[in-house]
Amino acid sequence: MEILSLLLNGFAVAFEPLNLFLIVLGCTVGLFIGAMPGLGSVNGVAILLPMTFLVPPTGAIIFLGAIYYGAMYGGAISSIMLGIPGASTAVATTFDGRPMALKGDADKALVAAATASFVGGSVGVILFTLFAPPLAEVALTFGAPEIFALMLMAFATFVGLGGDDIPKTLFSICIGLVFGAVGLDIISGEPRLIFGDIPGFFHGINFLVLAIGIYGIAEMLWTIEVSQGDVMISQATLNIKRIKATLRELLGTWKTMLMGSFLGYFVGILPAAGATPGSLMAYGVAKTIAKDPSSFGKGNINGVVAPETANNAASTGAMLPMLTLGIPGSPTTAILLGGMVIWGLEPGPLVFTNHPDFVWGFIASLYVANLFSLLINVAFIPSFIWVLRLPFTILAPIIFVLCIVGGFVPTLDMHDVWLMLIFGVVGYLMRKLDYPMAPAVLAIVLGPLAEPALRQSLLMSGGSFSIFFTRPFAGVIIVIALILILLPLLKIIYDKKKKPTPAG
Amino acid sequence: MRNFGTKVLSLGLTLGLGLGFTAVTVDSAKAWEPKKPVEFVVMAGKGGGADKAVRFIQNIITKNKLASKPFTPVNKPGGSGAEALVHVKDAKDPDHTLMFTLNSFYTTPMLQPKIKVDFSKFTPVGRMAEDTFLLWVNKDSGIKNVDQFVKAAKAAGNKWIMAGTGKNSEDNILTDFLNKAYGLNMKYVPYKGGGRVAKELAGNNANSTVNNPSEQLGFYQAGKTVPIGAFTAKRLPLFKDAPTFKELGKDFVYLMQRSVVGAPGMSKDASEYYQGLFKKIFDSAEWQGYFKKNSLQGEFLTGDALMAYWKRENAVQMGMLKTMGVLK
Repeated sequence: MEILSLLLNGFAVAFEPLNLFLIVLGCTVGLFIGAMPGLGSVNGVAILLPMTFLVPPTGAIIFLGAIYYGAMYGGAISSIMLGIPGASTAVATTFDGRPMALKGDADKALVAAATASFVGGSVGVILFTLFAPPLAEVALTFGAPEIFALMLMAFATFVGLGGDDIPKTLFSICIGLVFGAVGLDIISGEPRLIFGDIPGFFHGINFLVLAIGIYGIAEMLWTIEVSQGDVMISQATLNIKRIKATLRELLGTWKTMLMGSFLGYFVGILPAAGATPGSLMAYGVAKTIAKDPSSFGKGNINGVVAPETANNAASTGAMLPMLTLGIPGSPTTAILLGGMVIWGLEPGPLVFTNHPDFVWGFIASLYVANLFSLLINVAFIPSFIWVLRLPFTILAPIIFVLCIVGGFVPTLDMHDVWLMLIFGVVGYLMRKLDYPMAPAVLAIVLGPLAEPALRQSLLMSGGSFSIFFTRPFAGVIIVIALILILLPLLKIIYDKKKKPTPAG
Repeated sequence: MRNFGTKVLSLGLTLGLGLGFTAVTVDSAKAWEPKKPVEFVVMAGKGGGADKAVRFIQNIITKNKLASKPFTPVNKPGGSGAEALVHVKDAKDPDHTLMFTLNSFYTTPMLQPKIKVDFSKFTPVGRMAEDTFLLWVNKDSGIKNVDQFVKAAKAAGNKWIMAGTGKNSEDNILTDFLNKAYGLNMKYVPYKGGGRVAKELAGNNANSTVNNPSEQLGFYQAGKTVPIGAFTAKRLPLFKDAPTFKELGKDFVYLMQRSVVGAPGMSKDASEYYQGLFKKIFDSAEWQGYFKKNSLQGEFLTGDALMAYWKRENAVQMGMLKTMGVLK
C-alpha cells in the first residue's frame, strides 16, 4: 500500500506538464537515435546529457530515461527493415526480424517488436516497483561465479540446439571468443592480440562493428548476389486486417513474452551485464524451448518477440543497480549515473529514502514513457514500411552509408570502419559456406563478460572449480547450463532407444 | 510517399549527428580562443570516475558560458590509457586537443614502453584535484581497525581476497604495500572499475578493498562498509574515525592526480588560454562542491609547477613499481 501511494505521487510528478513534454520528446528522439545504426542509447544519452541542466534533475532523468526507452524501441526498426542492428541491444532482433521483412512481413515484425517491447517494458517496470530493494540485495551478492554460470547458460542455449550444424556453431562461437579477447586483459594488465601494437585494437573490437559488418555489409552483398542487380522489393503492406491478424498471432507467443520479460529483467539487474546479453539469451532460450527450433533464423515471430521483450525489460532492470547500488548495469546507465552525480543526487542504497520524489517520479515516468514509445512507434510504422518499397538500387547505397556511419560513430575511429568492412566480406563468405553468424555475435558480446568472471572465480577459489557448485545461485545455474549442453547428446540416446521399439 | 521514408531516415541522421555539435558561436577579437570544438580525451571508459569528472567539467563550461566553443568528451579507454596517450601524442591539431589524466599518465608509459610516450612532452594545463584512497572492509566482518584487519588477514593467509581495479593499477600498488608492511599474503582479484570493486565488497565477495571515497560512499552511508585506514597525510573530514597509515607508524601516502593535459606542441597562446580557463573551472562553486563531496584534495597547479609535480610523482611511481618487481 505504501508503494502504491508513493507510486501515485510519482505519477503526479511524471504528469507535470514539463515532465510529460520531456517524456514525449525523449521517446521521439530516442526512437530515431535507436533506429540509426551505431547511434544507440549510449551515444544518445551521452550527447544529450549536457542539455539536461536546463531542467530540474527529476525532469532531466525523466528525459534521459525516455530516450533510453525510445532507443530500445527504435533499435528494432533498422534491425528489421535494413538488417542492420540499430543498436547493440537489437542485434538479436535481426536474426528473425530481417527474414520476416524479406518474406514481406515487415509490418508484422514491426508490430510484433513494438508490442513485445511494450510488454517487456511493462513487466520490467512492475517488477521494479514491487521488488526493487530485495532484488538489489540479490544483485549485490551476485559475484563472479554467478556471472560466469549465467554466461555459460547463455552459450549453452546456442550450442544445445537441434537443427543447426553443431561443429559449425562451435566454430562460429570460437571465432567470436577470439575477437572478444582482443584488447587489454584486466587480469594480467597486458594487451592481447593487438597485431603488433595497432592502436585501434587497444580498446578491443567493438562488437557493434562486427554486428554491423556481418548483418549490414554482408547482408547487402548477399542480397546483391541473390538478386543479381534485379529490382528486389519486399512486398510490405499494412492494413487493419493484417494488424489484427498479427495481434492474434502475438497472443500465441505469450509464453515467449513472459520468458523474455523475466529473463531480460533478471539479466538486466546484474551489474555489468545489461540489455544486450539479456536479449541474446532470451533469443537462445526461446529457440531452445520452441517446438520448431529449425524455423528460427528464417522468420519466426518468436525470434523477434523474445529479444524485444528482453531488451526492454533489461533496460528497466539495469536502472535498479544504478539507483540502489550506484553502479551501472549497462553502458547507458553508466552515463545516467554520471548525470545523477552532476545533478547533485547520490545514487546508492539510500536513494529511496533520501530522494523519494525523484525516484518515484522517475519510476512512474517509465510507465508513461513505455506507453508513449509504443504509440509513437506504431504511428511511425507506416512510414517505415514505405522505406522498404524503395528499389534496392536506391536502398543499397543508403544501407552502405548508414553502415559506415554506424561503424564510425561509437568510437570516432576510422580503424573501426575498415574493420567493419573486413568483417562484412568475411561474414559474406561465411554465409556462403553456411556458417551460422548469430553464435559469433553472441560470443563477442558474452566472451568479454564470461572470461574475466571465470578467472576471477578461479582466483577466489585458488583454482578449484568447486566454487561454481558450492554457491547456491551459481550451482543451480551451472547445472541447468550443463543439461542444456548435453541436450543434443541426450536426444541422440533418446532417439536410439525409441527406434528399436516402434510398436511400443 | 516514397520520399517520406528517406526523409525520416535523414531526419534521424541529422538529428543524431547535429545534436553532437551544438556550437555557440561568438565573434572574438584579441586573446586566443578555440576556433573549433575542443576534443577532450578521457583515459577511461564511459561512466567511470574520470568520465564523470570530464562530463561534469563540460557542464560547468556550458552552464557558465566559459568557452566560445563546446568541449567534446572522447573516450579512449584501451590499454590502461595507452590508446588515449598515443592519440593525444599524435594529435593533428594540438591547439584543440586536451586529455583528462590519472596516474596511468606516468605508469602506462613505464609499463608499456612500446608506445613511446614521454609525459614531459605534454603541455601542463591544470591539476584539478588529487583523489584519496582508504582501506575498506565489510561491516559484517566486525573489523573495526587495522590491527583487527591484520590479524584476520594473517589468519586467512592466501584466502583473504582483496578486490581491485586491474593488474598494476593504483589498487594493486596499495595492496602490495599492505602485504609488505604487515607481512600479509592477500590474494588480489582484479575487476573492471572501482564501482564494481566497491560492490564486490558490499556483497561479501571480497574481504577488503582500497576504494576512493566516491566509490564507497553510498555503501558506507547505508552501513554496509567501513573505512579503517586512510592513505593520506591527514585524516579525511568525511571519515574522521579512519586513522592515517602515518599515524599507525607506516609512512605511506598515496594519491591519484586528476589533471588536464594539453597535446604536445600546443602553442603558447592556446596553453595560456586553457590554463586560465581551468583555473576558473577549479574556482567555480560547482567544482568546489564536487571536490568536497568526493573527499578530493590538493590545490590548483599549472605550468611549471604542474610539470615539476609530474616529474616528482613519476619518480615515486617508478620506485613503487620497481619495489613491486614489475619494473626492472
